[in-house]
Amino acid sequence: MPAAVLPRLKQQSVVPGFGPALGFTLFYLSIVVLIPLGALALRAAGLGWSDFWQLATDPRTLAALRLSFLASLGAASINVVFGLLLAWVLVRYDFPGRRLVDAVIDLPFALPTAVAGIALTSLYAPNGWVGQVLTPLGFKVAYTPLGVIVALTFVSLPFVVRTVQPVLQDLDRDVEEAAATLGATRRHTFLRVVLPALLPALLTGYALALARAVGEYGSVIFIAGNIPYVSEIAPLLIVIRLEEFNYAAATAVAALMLGVSFTMLLIINLIQAWSRRRFGHGA
Amino acid sequence: MALEASLDIHPSVAAAPWRSPTAESPAVKWTLIGVALAFLGFFLVLPLVAVFVEAFRSGVGVYFEALVEPDAVAAIRLTLLVAAIAVPCNLVFGLAAAWAIAKFEFKGKNLLITLIDLPFSVSPVISGLVYVLLFGSQGFLGPWLARHGIEIVFAVPGIVLATIFVTFPFVARELIPLMQEQGSGDEEAAISLGASGWKTFWLVTLPNVRWALLYGVLLCNARAMGEYGAVSVVSGHIRGLTNTMPLHVEILYNEYSFSAAFAVASLLALLALVTLSIKSFLEWRHADGLKAVRGH
Amino acid sequence: MIILSRRSLFGAAAATLLLAGSAGAQTTLLNVSYDPTRELYRDFNAAFAKHWEAEGKEAVSVRMSHGGSGAQARAVIDGLDADIVTLALEADINAIAEKTGKIPADWRGSLANNNCPYTSTIVFLVRKGNPKAIRDWGDLVKDDVAVITPNPKTSGGARWNFLAAWAWAERHFEGDEAKAQEFVGQVYRHVPVLDTGARGSTTTFVQRGIGDVLLAWENEAFLALEELGPDQFEIVVPSISIKAEPPVALVDENAEAKGTTEVAKAYLDYLYSKEGQTIAAKHYYRPFEPELADPSDMQRFPELELATIDDFGGWKKAQPRFFADGGVFDQIYKPGQ
Repeated sequence: MPAAVLPRLKQQSVVPGFGPALGFTLFYLSIVVLIPLGALALRAAGLGWSDFWQLATDPRTLAALRLSFLASLGAASINVVFGLLLAWVLVRYDFPGRRLVDAVIDLPFALPTAVAGIALTSLYAPNGWVGQVLTPLGFKVAYTPLGVIVALTFVSLPFVVRTVQPVLQDLDRDVEEAAATLGATRRHTFLRVVLPALLPALLTGYALALARAVGEYGSVIFIAGNIPYVSEIAPLLIVIRLEEFNYAAATAVAALMLGVSFTMLLIINLIQAWSRRRFGHGA
Repeated sequence: MALEASLDIHPSVAAAPWRSPTAESPAVKWTLIGVALAFLGFFLVLPLVAVFVEAFRSGVGVYFEALVEPDAVAAIRLTLLVAAIAVPCNLVFGLAAAWAIAKFEFKGKNLLITLIDLPFSVSPVISGLVYVLLFGSQGFLGPWLARHGIEIVFAVPGIVLATIFVTFPFVARELIPLMQEQGSGDEEAAISLGASGWKTFWLVTLPNVRWALLYGVLLCNARAMGEYGAVSVVSGHIRGLTNTMPLHVEILYNEYSFSAAFAVASLLALLALVTLSIKSFLEWRHADGLKAVRGH
Repeated sequence: MIILSRRSLFGAAAATLLLAGSAGAQTTLLNVSYDPTRELYRDFNAAFAKHWEAEGKEAVSVRMSHGGSGAQARAVIDGLDADIVTLALEADINAIAEKTGKIPADWRGSLANNNCPYTSTIVFLVRKGNPKAIRDWGDLVKDDVAVITPNPKTSGGARWNFLAAWAWAERHFEGDEAKAQEFVGQVYRHVPVLDTGARGSTTTFVQRGIGDVLLAWENEAFLALEELGPDQFEIVVPSISIKAEPPVALVDENAEAKGTTEVAKAYLDYLYSKEGQTIAAKHYYRPFEPELADPSDMQRFPELELATIDDFGGWKKAQPRFFADGGVFDQIYKPGQ
């Protein structure tokens, strides 16, 4: 990166190290992420536009994409509500076993997804601990789209908690106190003062949970049932294309998913940048 | 703060008429805690308990046998090795990326942040496949690598690369929001007082972000050890050679050795719990320092 | 920073050691196989190593890689360094031959019995006492019967299941293909869970208690019975099934590059020896030459009529017709069918 470009690219700052830091970031990003994904895009391009369009509008592809994205939205929404609650409880309250609960949150990352899938299936199958209770009530979870949501909720659980937690810890209580002094109810203070400040972190958590859930394969495959048009997720379609030795079609489905996820992430990051400017965090 | 804490611990006292204006009533508080714990219990603890119950179903002897069996030991060693390479790489990257993004204003920043998030949204099936497409013998660089006798996919380097890919955003993602929140005032002050760039980084920035950094490293490490999908594609599944712990779990499960499979899985869960307890312990030991940083 | 780079240097060094450790003084073969052969090859590899040393040759250790047949074929295509492939379907070895040329195009026939030292067939595993009275393929489409079989797109065994059902239907409807397709479609509408692999389906049926009948490899059904509960399940043999032929082949180019051609060839030949055939029969595979195996093992195999892949015009015809994108299997799930 020629030094002459830098001043125009960025605003002046007395802090050094912009060139090396950004240079290394871009270099590493390119090697690990961009070049390999570029190779993927190149393979997908091998399919040709009309074939790609046919694949992208195929009812089965659409059904799988719909399931993947809807189930992910469901799981991410569940996690936003309960993730916020968990973060709140962990930061604001002291109760016996709090540290243990705090430590357990990250387990979905550490447990191999296949193990998570197997464990969840064994719980929610009609003969499992939970399934035994739910099945007589008419709830079928394992081998239905509901099972997909359960698995995705599990794998994306840590994201919202872990993005909200540090921000909540940093949040100045003075503002809340001021609101209370001015006569705001607790509920009002929470909705008008605390929630707006947490919004960027919540959005980030939501985006990351959603992105992670959309691509998940290992855990879902055990609990989904995998019936085409009903409980078949998009990543399974990729695997099926691979089994047909059709790399171009497989990568095309992947590119499609990636495109949608990327757009969602970008929009959410832009909203966040906007809210940071608006609410003046870190300015 | 101290008063509040004591109130929280003794609900009987908290029920007294006076209450901090920024605290909820005990009823609300305990309801919230109850609901949060119920959710966690249902979605997280229950599956975990299921894993441990299955692991010990055939007795303690089978459990420990499963862990000292040579293939299992090879898998554990490989998993630790891969994490030991992948995590430091992503740590350095995370620091560099967060420094560039948080301390400077430049065009395309949001695009850069989104690109860093990207590996999260790539299906694990694909994150392994990209390296096969690039380095496999049918891939773009495959023939060149084969001529020079360099093995990447179906060997340790491929497994490391796939692991780096899936854990890529963790450290950066923890650091960026915090460092943006903190701004660059401290660094500017240090520099104008004559400190060098490196010195500022080591003595000012790093202490400011050490907890987020630790968090990022732990998450990154947990995911690095537990990754299954991406590694499965590039590993080649050679028993005792390129099988990581998650892959070994799958093999055992498919051999109907359910208890052994869950034993290895529970070891992964335990490894994660140990690292997280270390974090909790450090936080507790350095609680004062932490408060000072937060009060910043 | 210095500490970090030193650590990654150490890591790289350890990686090199780990890789080098596998080479060593003895010859190492890599056998890339599909899922259900684990137990078979564990025994066979030990027997072969002993045999090879008894011949006065070098010590040999055989490394195994197991997975879905198609995924394993892909790994070999993409560079997994297999000396030998022992897969579920001829189509998968054909794919390696076509896409890499590492296996000669006329590999089928380089060994006896079309490169199949052992065969198997498809049988039904039902719950003890056979409560739904499932005797033959026609019973699978009775109203309250749930069938467990993996997805033919992702599992080699499942393709044999599909063809076996088709073979029965074609006979039952006297060659009416539309009716055969209708019947097989009916069978798949009775499938509540379509797992990605044969072992996944077995687990769903046995551990989760889903379904009334599992369509399984004969060897898998016997193994499940033995490992998971002889008092809970029983095997039902249908009136007709298919001769499932999992082939084996030498990956010539890889073996040549590694200098293991001789031992790899001997390994494959040994599968046809008395000992190889005995071990296959012991693990419930039907040996190519039954007279070489232990008669008491042979008694366990029921007599039944078997269609063969040649009745479908061979894999080169059956694969695209039934299992390719948009093929018969995909049509089954088209809405409105």
